[in-house]
Amino acid sequence: MSVALEFALTAEDLWAMAPLLVVTGFALFVLILDLFLRPEPERKGPLVWASLVGVGAALVANAVAPAPSGTWVQGMLRVDLVSKFLNTVFLLGAGLAVLLSAGYVERQGIARGEYYCLLLFSTVGAMLMGMSADLVLLFLGLETLSIPLYILATFFKRRPASQEAGLKYFLLGAFSSALFLYGIALVYGATGTTQLAEVGARLPEALGRAPGLVYAGLGLLIVGLGFKAAAVPFHTWAPDVYEGAPTSVTAFMAVAAKAAAFAAFLRVLLGAGTGTGAVPSASASAWLSELATAWAPLIALLAVLTMVLGNVVAVVQLNLKRLLAYSSIAHAGYLLIALVAMGAGTPATAADATAALLFYLLVYTLMTLGAFGAVVVAEGEGRSENPSLSDLAGLGARHPWLAGMLALFLVSLAGLPPTAGFFAKFYVFKAAIESGPLGLALAIVGVLTSVISVYYYLRVAYYAVVARPAADADADASAERPFYASGTVWVGLGVAALLVLALGLYPTWVVESLVQGLSAATAAWALP
Amino acid sequence: MELAWLGLLFPLLGALLNGLLGRSVLSKRAVSGIGPGAVGLAFGVAVWVWLDLLKRPPEERSVTLKLFDWIAVGGLDAPVSLLIDPLSVVMMLVVTGVGFLIHVYSVGYMGHDPDYPRYFAWLNLFTFSMLLLVMADNFLLLFVGWELVGLCSYLLIGFWFTRPSAAAAAKKAFITTRVGDFGFMVGLLLIFATFGTFSYGPIFEQAPQVLSPGLATAITLLLFAGAVGKSAQIPLHVWLPDAMEGPTPVSALIHAATMVTAGVYLVARAHVLYELAPVSMAVVAAVGVVTAFFAATIALVNPDIKRVLAYSTISQLGYMFLAAGVGAYAAGLFHLTSHAFMKALLFLAAGSVMHALGGEETDMRRMGGLNRHLPTTWKVFLIGALAMSGVPPLVGFFSKELILEEAFVLGHAGFWLLGLITAGLTAFYMLRAHFLTFHGAPRYDAKSVHPHESPPVMLWPLRALAALTVVGGALWLSIVDFAPFERFLEPVFRAEPAMEARPALALGKGALIALSLGAAAAGIGLAWLLYIKGWRPAAGLRRLGRPLYALLDNKYYVDELYYALFVAPGRALAELLSGPVDRGLLDGLVNGVGRLVDRVGGALRRVESGYIRAYLDWVLVGTLIVLVLLYVYAWGWSWGWGGGGR
Repeated sequence: MSVALEFALTAEDLWAMAPLLVVTGFALFVLILDLFLRPEPERKGPLVWASLVGVGAALVANAVAPAPSGTWVQGMLRVDLVSKFLNTVFLLGAGLAVLLSAGYVERQGIARGEYYCLLLFSTVGAMLMGMSADLVLLFLGLETLSIPLYILATFFKRRPASQEAGLKYFLLGAFSSALFLYGIALVYGATGTTQLAEVGARLPEALGRAPGLVYAGLGLLIVGLGFKAAAVPFHTWAPDVYEGAPTSVTAFMAVAAKAAAFAAFLRVLLGAGTGTGAVPSASASAWLSELATAWAPLIALLAVLTMVLGNVVAVVQLNLKRLLAYSSIAHAGYLLIALVAMGAGTPATAADATAALLFYLLVYTLMTLGAFGAVVVAEGEGRSENPSLSDLAGLGARHPWLAGMLALFLVSLAGLPPTAGFFAKFYVFKAAIESGPLGLALAIVGVLTSVISVYYYLRVAYYAVVARPAADADADASAERPFYASGTVWVGLGVAALLVLALGLYPTWVVESLVQGLSAATAAWALP
Repeated sequence: MELAWLGLLFPLLGALLNGLLGRSVLSKRAVSGIGPGAVGLAFGVAVWVWLDLLKRPPEERSVTLKLFDWIAVGGLDAPVSLLIDPLSVVMMLVVTGVGFLIHVYSVGYMGHDPDYPRYFAWLNLFTFSMLLLVMADNFLLLFVGWELVGLCSYLLIGFWFTRPSAAAAAKKAFITTRVGDFGFMVGLLLIFATFGTFSYGPIFEQAPQVLSPGLATAITLLLFAGAVGKSAQIPLHVWLPDAMEGPTPVSALIHAATMVTAGVYLVARAHVLYELAPVSMAVVAAVGVVTAFFAATIALVNPDIKRVLAYSTISQLGYMFLAAGVGAYAAGLFHLTSHAFMKALLFLAAGSVMHALGGEETDMRRMGGLNRHLPTTWKVFLIGALAMSGVPPLVGFFSKELILEEAFVLGHAGFWLLGLITAGLTAFYMLRAHFLTFHGAPRYDAKSVHPHESPPVMLWPLRALAALTVVGGALWLSIVDFAPFERFLEPVFRAEPAMEARPALALGKGALIALSLGAAAAGIGLAWLLYIKGWRPAAGLRRLGRPLYALLDNKYYVDELYYALFVAPGRALAELLSGPVDRGLLDGLVNGVGRLVDRVGGALRRVESGYIRAYLDWVLVGTLIVLVLLYVYAWGWSWGWGGGGR
């Protein structure tokens, strides 16, 4: 207990923290830099560049920092294949979100310096969650991720919808954070530790002594993370918040919060056991063999509810942002399938399932940001705060490349080849089917609900590519709806589209290396 | 050698550049440079690979280049890898070499088309697809190329898609080949089920041990179904004559370099399998020779210059299948090569004639006397026609003679005889086309049409092809036993039928050649008599021939037959299905499901009331459900542990 007092930082600790430090440093730099810029929105360009450089530097630090796999900083931070991959996803998401934001916040008059700073801090939170080896750090990460998002959601100071979104998000988020924290407390009470590996090691004993405590703790942890992941029935905040928040924030929120939640699921449910690391093999197997039978069916239930509700309600949405909100709920369902496949199968299939989950997160980040990019483009200056599907009409005639890319993202979201979305779903379903009958049932539901999703995704694509703007009688016939495609949006969407296509044509590039790295680690698990 | 994939890359890049940037960014000059340039570079790669192959000893002339793993899931392993061996190199040379000349010609021919970039993008894609088909080292990749070729043919035949006839022809080509492709696909699945792989190497190695005769026959016949569709053999030949609706250089490309030769290539590539199935071999040979004869008879009377050439292609492809069916693969490949030269030449020359007459005229009844206006076109067309007729020393003589000779000495005298008669018919219809087009009195409207020779960019490819047609015979002078072409292909077709199986020659080689020449001379002479001399047969003979003429003129009523057999019942069935079944039953179901989803969605949407306390209720309810479920589980499970719950 007195560990914290003799705090000593080794070089490896610093290297392990390097990506976090880089992003934090640049976030502070952005904040200071803003002091020297004039307050007009057009003058905030340097902040964009500083943020992008920070994200790029962090990507490099994440890739090359010589931190050996293992647990660092007093057993707080984990560095392994999973954490490195997750950091890449978060940073990629943050970079793309900055690119989408640049022109948008300027146009909307909300280009204040703290915008980019908050975006970067939120990214730090997500990275912390992916790297945490301790429940306390996990909670800190969750809050570091969430609080900037609460603020960002209210960034339209003068719009009630934005204020409402921020307040709702904050209140409900605080509520779920409390539940999550309570769960941590219960787990601590049952096992006497918050270190995930230790928790796993002491679990058999704790289950014998106080199973109720363990299960209640586990349940509350699932609820807390389910809220962040927007899994049904903890999703209720998502549509309102997504709709009210500035679109660029929504885009970031949809990918960062969700990916971070699943990163945390990975860490908690698998007891930090996955990945290349020197975790005692017993701990991972303890979680897997003794608790997975409990949480796998539960998560499966959430998965079914999430897929069905997300996809079915998305069908009736006419508002673009709400439609994408339900789409992101639906995708949480598919990601939950991967979790079930991890818990329900053998260590070998668990490695496949983990790889599938990570790959899905990467693809989801790319295609969701891409799709929100279209909303950014379609959103006018105050005139239409909230674009609906028909507002996309005419995009194909005006910006054929942009419409084409949007169609690509939508096709990918629907899970059709030759896009990355197809392979993301494919690997998840494959892992699920291999994991057993429960996974097979989930895969069937997943395929069926995907069929529903094709309908509403392609409807958006239809409006964007084919449809002509309706000739309103009252509107000036010559005044076509304007689209705002700034240079940074082009770059961001272009990068995302290229990656979606590349991963769709050649997914093994990523998946194979993940599976190999993960099975090398799981081989040591040695289940009875 | 390792860089052979560049041959694929260049046309693909050309297609991408012209397709994506051709309209907006690139100038017309750039488009004209990229289109032919890409194929020219690919030809350079093919030559280079060929020279590289020649440097190796014959038994090492088969190289597999694995580019990357494409699909590796479960038991299916489909790498993207290329096979470079004499057979694929010959095909590469033909595809890119002849293809390059056609591309160059297109610069002149299509120069005024507003969709010029799109044209070259698809032309390059066509070349790429065909190269993929012939360079693949497994059946799956070959199938990818095969389908891409089909797609490109659809796009290019329907290039002028605003014309209903072009759209219909494109559809016809696509659907007709689809029928064969179905068989092909089943054959591929049968191969995979049997061997567990798609790669040529293991399949051909294991085939003699693994395949039972029945299975071998089934697989090869199914593959042949695909070949019949792609190569327009009976009964799936109907699409090729209609494919004339595309631009003429496209026809040249389809007929000479890409598309139709794919079927012949497939049979040659899979010859190991075919040799295990004598029945299939016989079927291939029989279909080939019957098609050759049948198509030639239609060509006798058709008044449309491009259609005559189209039926001639069907007929010549029949010869190639005859060669493959009797086991003379090298001869078949040689005829494929020589036919590529001749047919590209004839088509491009026909295009030059159309160009001269304003661009659209294909009816030979409105031509004639053009030799004065088109001095170069006239000459090269004559060279092509004579070569096709089998006049020595042009290339067509050697290749056709070789097939007939092989058929005869391998003991298929019946096939040989039919082939010989067809050769006579070929000579007749080729020269008929020539005489009708270039000789006699002008029958076009001299007031409105002023024939003019084509620009040099169109004439030079013609001259090059004519030169190839003249000297190509040197590839195989079997008379003096100098046959580099056959030598080169020997490592691929090692399993030539044993010599002792050949029956004693009833006729000497010289006699065979004399008979062939006699047939050619008879055909040419008859054409000369009828169309230059103006000889009219006696009235009685004409009356006797009239029903036959009508039969031929209507192409044996095959189109009508297919319409009555397939299209009309299909349409009736479609109407039945679309009416009561689809609109009534299925639409009802689908709409019902859709409405259900809509209703449910609408109902579930009410969950989003907007009230925070309602949202919190949901979270609480969810939390309770989670905890209750876990507790129920824990009780059930930890009973044995002593004391459930807490």
